[in-house]
Amino acid sequence: MTLALVLEQLLNGVQFGLMLFLMSAGLTLVFGVMGLINLAHGSLYMIGAFLCAAVAGMTGNFWLGLMAGIAAAAAAGALIEIVVIRRLYTRDHLDQVLATFALILILSEGVRMIFGPFPLYLNVPDVLRGTVRLGIVDYSLYRLALIGFGLAVAVGLWALIAKTRLGIQIRAGESDREMIAALGVNIRALYTIVFALGAALAGLAGALVGAIQSVQVGMGEPVLILAFVVIVIGGIGSIKGAMVGALLVGVIDTMGRFLLPRLFATFMDTSQAMGVGAALASMLIYLLMALVLIFRPKGLFPAHG
Amino acid sequence: MKTLRTTALAALTVGAMVSTAQAETVTVGMITTLSGGGAGLGVDVRDGFQLALEMAGEHSIRLVVEDDAQRPELAVQIAERMIQSERADILTGIIWSNLAMAVVPSTVAQDIFYISPNAGPSALAGANCHPNYFNAAWQNDMLHEAAGQHANVLGYENTFIMAPNYPAGTDALTGFKRYYEGELAGELFTQVGQTDYAAEIAEIRASGADSVFIFLPGGMGISFMRQYEQSGVDLPIVSAGFSFDQDVLPAMGSAALGVINTSQWSPDLDNAANEAFVSAFQQAYDRLPSLYASQGFDTANLILSALSSADISDSDAFRDALRAADFASVRGDFSFASNHHPVQTVYVREVVEVDGVLTNRIIGTAFEEHRDVHGENCNM
Repeated sequence: MTLALVLEQLLNGVQFGLMLFLMSAGLTLVFGVMGLINLAHGSLYMIGAFLCAAVAGMTGNFWLGLMAGIAAAAAAGALIEIVVIRRLYTRDHLDQVLATFALILILSEGVRMIFGPFPLYLNVPDVLRGTVRLGIVDYSLYRLALIGFGLAVAVGLWALIAKTRLGIQIRAGESDREMIAALGVNIRALYTIVFALGAALAGLAGALVGAIQSVQVGMGEPVLILAFVVIVIGGIGSIKGAMVGALLVGVIDTMGRFLLPRLFATFMDTSQAMGVGAALASMLIYLLMALVLIFRPKGLFPAHG
Repeated sequence: MKTLRTTALAALTVGAMVSTAQAETVTVGMITTLSGGGAGLGVDVRDGFQLALEMAGEHSIRLVVEDDAQRPELAVQIAERMIQSERADILTGIIWSNLAMAVVPSTVAQDIFYISPNAGPSALAGANCHPNYFNAAWQNDMLHEAAGQHANVLGYENTFIMAPNYPAGTDALTGFKRYYEGELAGELFTQVGQTDYAAEIAEIRASGADSVFIFLPGGMGISFMRQYEQSGVDLPIVSAGFSFDQDVLPAMGSAALGVINTSQWSPDLDNAANEAFVSAFQQAYDRLPSLYASQGFDTANLILSALSSADISDSDAFRDALRAADFASVRGDFSFASNHHPVQTVYVREVVEVDGVLTNRIIGTAFEEHRDVHGENCNM
């Protein structure tokens, strides 16, 4: 085990965490502002990836695809909010879970009808191909760009929430919905905008990750589960919590997969150690979530004090 | 008006008579994966199967297809319904080994035939083999054994091996190691459905391996190959055909070019049945068939061949007719071992680009008349 390998794995963990942040930021924002549990967030991620792959395939330009992916996810988000979600704000969480679960099934089969059952081709743009030398580590240029994208979005989101009028309304909506409606803010439009913003972030994550993963029906669900883990750890409704939670999950998951099998290999047969290590590594983030729930039931950075 | 009614009545009566005559039809229930991430495999098996029925001009088979969504409990329910309500004589179609383990034992125990077009878990080939269970494709280990054998031929001495942590993944690594003679640079289990392989690729880079063996079917393989291509690691990959066939190659793109993989079938296999199959499939569905499509096609033809010489109501005669495997398989000649799993040639293929389309080409033979090792635990 060399220093270069450890550093590379740390970078991998950070990159994975930042992509999780893009997913969980939208999820936590929607929950924080509207009190809505949106299981269909993973489907918006899938829509972003499919549209990016389709447009990039037609035009040969990844960046056009990326923009199409974000736009399509945002549009789908706004449409879903207006047609379905709007009716659910006053209902309890079980109704919301049921309705948004139905949306997962509808969107997945819809995408399969349009694009077919086989995965789509989407490749890394030419300028971001290959590797780059960072000190002692050879690192994939595209993954490095993903880290850059993730950080830029995080900064942009912080500026939006902290510095703009929309941000003030979002924060006000988080702490007291009735009051900001009474103050004359168009709460319906605000909800649609927040939902579309969350959807756009999911679409961005899907399109970016789609270039190095399989663009297939159902690709959003595994990420959705991780995103829920992230926001439970970080504190539901908190963007800062989502950032910290995402980085924790990303780094702990990656380092666990890397280190645990080695740990077991020191006192077990290699094959067995790999099996046990891999099994335990896949549980690690859920153990972390359980610990957080025991000691900080509202998460690390609870949104409402 | 009255004549019209009489005519209609007459037509109905004739229709009723025809349907009585067709009561002799054989019902085949196909349980396969048609939705979700694994849908590509099930769609290919179904399309291959239907194509065989159409090409044979066969109307005595009633095919009932249902989607299992890759969920074992759903597959069990569908199997029950197909046996009870649809009165199915034969079940087929399951892609995934865990679903096969849930459905096959109870199906064959009810005196229904099950003919697998894909999943071949070791338990069903060994101690739990059954006279009514046939596998028309392979036993799970088979193609991985061929990959291990060919790694020796290629002179690999320090291979890094990797598969998802589930029964078929364990079978894959066991199968590879059964024939591979070199050292292992590393051995890793990944999660089923894993999408990010950065950690594993870093391990491969640091391991000092001279080659990599992977078993990552469906989307897992696509994700791995995309990331592998971007990682700057360029060790040669050897694999079984599952991770490099027509269902995933278009999505993998150039990353897959040149990968050596093993399979019992290839689109360029030189026999008349295969030529007819590949061109008919392309004409019917406007895409190249995958090995899964070839397996669906062979499964249908196996059933048709047995039905032509025996009546399904006579189980013993029908079983003997299946065992004879008397049809022109697109993989070329094969026979059934005593555990009802194929004894067949396993080829070595290379991923190539033909007219802008990625596909496979045969470059050699790993095994001839290869049979699985589990048959010796099967007493029937």
